Amino acid sequence: MSSVLYDSPGPKAKGRNYVYTAVFLVVFALAAWWVLAKMADKDQLTAEKWSPFFTDSRVWTTYLLPGLWETAKAAALALVIALPLGALLGIARLSDHAWIRVPVGAVVEFFRAIPVLLMMVFASALFVQFTTISSDIRPLYAVVTGLVLYNASVIAEIVRAGILSLPRGQTDAAKAIGMRKGQTMTFVLLPQAVTAMLPALVSQLVVIVKDTALGGALLGLAELMTQTRNIPANYGANTIAALTVIAGLYIIVNFALTNLASWLEGRIRQAKKGSGAVVDIKTVDAGMGGADGI
Amino acid sequence: MFDFLDSGQYDLLGAFWVTVQLTLYSAIGSLIWGTLLVGMRVSPVPLMRSFGTGYVNVVRNTPLTIIVIGCSLGLSQTLGINLGADNFKDIGFRLAVLGLTAYTGTFVCEALRSGINTVPVGQAEAARALGLSFTQVLRLIVLPQAFRSAVTPLANVLIALTKNTTVAAAIGVGEAALLMKEMVENEAQALFTVFGVFAFGFIVLTLPTGLLLGWVSKRVAVKR
Repeated sequence: MSSVLYDSPGPKAKGRNYVYTAVFLVVFALAAWWVLAKMADKDQLTAEKWSPFFTDSRVWTTYLLPGLWETAKAAALALVIALPLGALLGIARLSDHAWIRVPVGAVVEFFRAIPVLLMMVFASALFVQFTTISSDIRPLYAVVTGLVLYNASVIAEIVRAGILSLPRGQTDAAKAIGMRKGQTMTFVLLPQAVTAMLPALVSQLVVIVKDTALGGALLGLAELMTQTRNIPANYGANTIAALTVIAGLYIIVNFALTNLASWLEGRIRQAKKGSGAVVDIKTVDAGMGGADGI
Repeated sequence: MFDFLDSGQYDLLGAFWVTVQLTLYSAIGSLIWGTLLVGMRVSPVPLMRSFGTGYVNVVRNTPLTIIVIGCSLGLSQTLGINLGADNFKDIGFRLAVLGLTAYTGTFVCEALRSGINTVPVGQAEAARALGLSFTQVLRLIVLPQAFRSAVTPLANVLIALTKNTTVAAAIGVGEAALLMKEMVENEAQALFTVFGVFAFGFIVLTLPTGLLLGWVSKRVAVKR
């Protein structure tokens, strides 16, 4: 891609590139030095602030791993509930009956248009007022409810785009051999659409994992993010070290999921079977919700 | 039913005004930062290219919440970097804009890069044949066309940014989501109304953006 913009460099351009590299290195080094100096100034670089993460297994068993487990639990629950709900909404939005299509469309667009945090806060207040869920498990319920409401509507759009991405001939052929609408959907369209949707669904899982952190920050879910407060409180104010390690954990998990998504996408594009079509989450009709992959 | 709005206890419009300001400042910041990043990502200098790719991959996979809280806990409270503000309110606001810019810049970068990908190879080749340098090719030929076809993805990023400003509530910036959290606790009997009012507020903010920019993207689209 980038080679479109320039020729393979000749001697002069090579020299210029070295100069740019040097200038960039100097700027980068200055910025890094400034940050490190600031950190050293506030005593954040000393060995005892960082060593607990490598030498003291209790940091992991008391804070990081339980936090990661809580994050995984919230994300997995949200996905498992949102997936069938989203599929149902997506199929309902493709219905031939306007009285199903239009209200479902309105619901999907409504929940995509409002921030997921609003839904979490609303769900939390709802559980306080109308249920007797104990307060230690309530944050998990609230976070999962918020995530399900939002992600079911996003998944509905992915499912709809996946089904619409199939060639018209599939529906026509199913009709020609006398299949009913329900049969066409369950035996012809959905199985093919699932492969096209898979990468977009995995990408959506990254968004879910990232959004669980909101529950930690504002609703008191004891997930990975909240440990950025707990660890410095117990290991001598090593805020920067804790932030770095925890951000690193998120990045590793999400990077693995992102790579899985693009690996799946590559495999599906190469595969002889199926239409080879892949739903790109960014091209799913944005509606009021904006890019859902953010 | 709506009497809590008249009580004068809650500054609803003020909170949404903070949301709008957060969105505007972060949008401008991330447009600039994202353009710089995409410049690096497509530049002929390998080191800049790997920095751009690395930055995008790392920041995109970090939760926005941890970036914004990192700005508050790490930058401000631990390192004492307050971005020139002296009161609690301004510090929070500026840190939130910084965090949102650092995060959204990566999505602007990806939107622009997808825009660059839509520019036909022949355009850049013709420009190079005329003897334009890399910066000239980028500035005069490729980026103007890329921006035009990037309007739709950029509009999506802007809408997502509007929704993402709610994360600033995590560091106590007095925007819409924080006010809603306060209100659902105090006005429990009007829970559904409160939720409806705030949801409506966000739809009012995002719907015109989508419609307007959708119209713009059709107007400026490069006919090929």
